[in-house]
Amino acid sequence: MARAVSTRRKIGFTVAAWVVALLIFFPILYTIITSFKSETEAIAGFSLVPSGTLESYAEVQAQSNYFKFFLNSVIIAVGSTILALVVAVPAAWSMAFSPTKRTKDILMWMLSTKMMPAVAVLVPIYLIFRDTYLLDTRIGLTVMLMLINLPIVVWMLYTYFREIPGEILEAARMDGATLWGEIVYVLTPMAVPGIASTMLLNIILAWNEAFWTIRLTTTNAAPLTAFIASFSSPQGLFWAKLSAASTLAIAPILIMGWFSQRQLVRGLTFGAVK
Amino acid sequence: MKLNTLFLGLCGASALAFAAHAETITIATVNNGDMVRMQKLTDDFTAKNPDIQLEWVTLEENVLRERVTTDIATKGGQYDVMTIGTYEVPIWAKQQWLLPLDGLGADYDAADIIPAIAGGLSADGKLYAAPFYGESSFVMYRKDLMEKAGLTMPDAPTWEFIADAARKMTDRAADINGICLRGKAGWGENMAFLTAMSNSFGARWFDEKWQPQFDQPEWKNTLQFYVDLMKEAGPSGASSNGFNENLALFQQGKCGMWIDATVAASFVSNPKDSTVADKVGYALAPDTGLGKRGNWLWAWSLGIPAGTQKAEAAQKFVSWATGKGYLDLVASKEGWANVPPGTRTSLYNNPEYQKAAPFAKMTLDSINSADPTKPTVKPVPYVGVQFVAIPEFQGLGTTVGQLFSAALAGQSSVDDALAGAQTASVREMTRAGYIK
Repeated sequence: MARAVSTRRKIGFTVAAWVVALLIFFPILYTIITSFKSETEAIAGFSLVPSGTLESYAEVQAQSNYFKFFLNSVIIAVGSTILALVVAVPAAWSMAFSPTKRTKDILMWMLSTKMMPAVAVLVPIYLIFRDTYLLDTRIGLTVMLMLINLPIVVWMLYTYFREIPGEILEAARMDGATLWGEIVYVLTPMAVPGIASTMLLNIILAWNEAFWTIRLTTTNAAPLTAFIASFSSPQGLFWAKLSAASTLAIAPILIMGWFSQRQLVRGLTFGAVK
Repeated sequence: MKLNTLFLGLCGASALAFAAHAETITIATVNNGDMVRMQKLTDDFTAKNPDIQLEWVTLEENVLRERVTTDIATKGGQYDVMTIGTYEVPIWAKQQWLLPLDGLGADYDAADIIPAIAGGLSADGKLYAAPFYGESSFVMYRKDLMEKAGLTMPDAPTWEFIADAARKMTDRAADINGICLRGKAGWGENMAFLTAMSNSFGARWFDEKWQPQFDQPEWKNTLQFYVDLMKEAGPSGASSNGFNENLALFQQGKCGMWIDATVAASFVSNPKDSTVADKVGYALAPDTGLGKRGNWLWAWSLGIPAGTQKAEAAQKFVSWATGKGYLDLVASKEGWANVPPGTRTSLYNNPEYQKAAPFAKMTLDSINSADPTKPTVKPVPYVGVQFVAIPEFQGLGTTVGQLFSAALAGQSSVDDALAGAQTASVREMTRAGYIK
């Protein structure tokens, strides 16, 4: 009897999970379906069956050079993630293993910078970029996205590092490990799953960042967010084309997320349940 | 063989040397159909100007406005040509952010630009942006539904007639709404429509001393009429509908009438996209007999920022894109119906265009009936038909638009929305120094 109840509950949870997942995924699914419709079909009303035309993809490619935007997205997202890790690993190590009475305050302050609306600093940032000739450059955007995501990276790594017993590091020190050796040969291998999930999440955040990537670029460094924005029209119904552009923009990150979902989930829930 | 190799090498070297000397201008634009078409036709420009290369930045209207404003205000120098509207031009020209267009060439024929449009793009008698396409607003209606309702649409209807027709055409069971109007909040969305509509009701945003006028009966009449009409004959969820949403409804045969941009005529009459293409009639925007109609005036135009280092090349491009030759080029490649409308008088005298675009005469009449320098029945201290050409209007217009959209959605009363608009306007105009 107990087993029957348990099985029923399991089925119930599974069905509920599928329903919630489908609800969340549905807008993306519908975007993909719409991208295979003609413009007339796209505005004709709700339908899950497209005609399968590829004309929107052809027009999108004819109108813009997708691969140029894609390359910029890859360089900026991966570059900013690597840069963020280089800065954040030592910072998180220091806070996790040599905390001071101000460590928590510093962490909170770092997080609080994420609470400020980005538009509030648009003009100062724009002026700095203009004066340092960083407008519309990949390096400028890479640094910018690194700074934006740094608080989250530090927080995630800090949470990971706190799970590693300090005694292991002490043992390494007693064996004569230097600071560099301690971080590179002891700490990092133990934290590889955490660093990997942090890296994946940061790439996703950087890939999807639209405010700065649209406002600080024009042609040379514009990534896929600018590519999507270029298909949004205030006068005219180009939903199929916009859907095709969106599908092309999200496809790489969707595929990456699918293959790395185990690491991502682990990273996002790490430390939540002990 | 050796000679061939040498020749090829020389050609390659020449091409490289040429590419190194070619000047590249960056053009910021919106993703409207006419703009996209221009991008496809730029081979014609580069063939005529082999020393100039073009780079395009296409963005959604609001993002584009924010981007180019930031860039021009900070002298960022990211763009050499900007697509801007009649709202920005007088403000930016006053700030000396734009170069006057005095180098468009001898054969440009600036006098051919429709006077109402040229007036909206000029300051101190100088043209600061060249119109790429111009628009007003008018009534698009279903001839079959009008006939079924036993009515005949006059060329110049009154609001009373429109309301009566909308109620008679409404058939909820058949999913037909008598009228579709903008309800989505925004200075360029519902407030473009409502400001133009209010002009025909005798209302105005400010009096001669910049005192907000939302507490006057003319505004009450405007908003009450609009809300009542939309409740009785408008589509559900109208407070979320902008141009594109109403376009979709009209093309699917769900609107008896739609009052919006004249540029929509080419969409609703195109059988490829519209299910009612052969049933659409056009009329001037309505009035109440006070001497002003509820139509607006807008032109997407090309301006050159004062900070550009490539002014000469930029003027060449603007001259090409907004000249008579471009209209002929589009006509030869894509037909007269696809020529960007509303900029040149000669286009409307062209019998081929008149034949291809049955809405041509009504479009020109609508444009000519809008006067941005005298937009209202009572005198005002500002220019602009559906907007007030001051920098504060974007924020204030959107705030008021949100209040009016809430009234349409039934979240507040008309009186509360107007009281809120008056309070917000007085506060903003005092803060900005207009009210002493």
